[in-house]
Amino acid sequence: MATQSGEPGGGEGGLAIDPMHQFEIKRLINLKFGGLDASFTNASLWMVIIVAAVALLLLSGSSKMIPGRLQSVGELAYEFIANMMRDILGESGRAFFPFVFTLFMFILAANMLGMIPYSFTVTSHIIVTFGLAATVFLGATVIGFIRHGAGYLKLFVPSGVPVVLLPLLVVIETISYFTRPISLSVRLFANMMAGHTMLKVFAGFVVAMGVLGGWIPLAFMVALTGLEILVAFLQAYVFAVLTCIYLNDAINMHH
Amino acid sequence: MEAEAAKLIGAGLAAIALAGAGVGIGHIFGSYLQGALRNPAAAQSQFPNLLLGFALAEATGLFGLVVALIILFVF
Repeated sequence: MATQSGEPGGGEGGLAIDPMHQFEIKRLINLKFGGLDASFTNASLWMVIIVAAVALLLLSGSSKMIPGRLQSVGELAYEFIANMMRDILGESGRAFFPFVFTLFMFILAANMLGMIPYSFTVTSHIIVTFGLAATVFLGATVIGFIRHGAGYLKLFVPSGVPVVLLPLLVVIETISYFTRPISLSVRLFANMMAGHTMLKVFAGFVVAMGVLGGWIPLAFMVALTGLEILVAFLQAYVFAVLTCIYLNDAINMHH
Repeated sequence: MEAEAAKLIGAGLAAIALAGAGVGIGHIFGSYLQGALRNPAAAQSQFPNLLLGFALAEATGLFGLVVALIILFVF
């Protein structure tokens, strides 16, 4: 992969399509504050588009008693997340609904808009997903310490285990707690990046196999695109569910 | 051995992670079908959990991909 180069976007034939080219960050407007590079890139542009798209979906038009199609989609998304939070967090989690709903809609819109050909998937960059996951992790930890004080540290001590095993288990629990933001961010990033790379590789096969043979990978492409749309939704859902589970640990403390 | 060759072998070895992901995904859907056929009334309510388990199992395979990419591009 590293040695491949060629015309991005295809058309030249052969396997010269670089599947990693789609993730390239380009500066659109150069901005510098001292030594800080705050350029407006294509990633920033797509984040603006995502926020605008979600705002258009949820805020546009007057809300009616009998909802139209767009309003139905918005209400479906609202109830979907509200039900999920009620199942996991109970009534105590109501205060966090705006946060989780915003997170879900942002990731869902980012994943879905990324499925449009020639668009840019912001969630296929680990720094974006790590930013989101670190916010969740730090927020949950701070909430846990505010609600329970030093008692929150009991989260690392599982109850009902033999004392002999306790030192080992505390270490394991601590490590698993601190790897949460990494696994949360890598899960979303790897799914989006692997999916888009796979689609590009198969698109390369379509070009390489010509007019007669190219239909076989094209049929695969259609099926894979369907799978990727499912994954795009699932990963947004999983991110929201795991956020709720971490918040539940912080608020209700299961151990 | 040349470093470049060792890199490629290492990246290939990282693909073994897919075996675990395959076992996991198969197990999740198999268990769901078993449960759903025994008690179809309860099946629908567990569908979100099925999807959650599928996504979690699939992600472990993708961690292998991340390892392969780190081996290929970072070192």
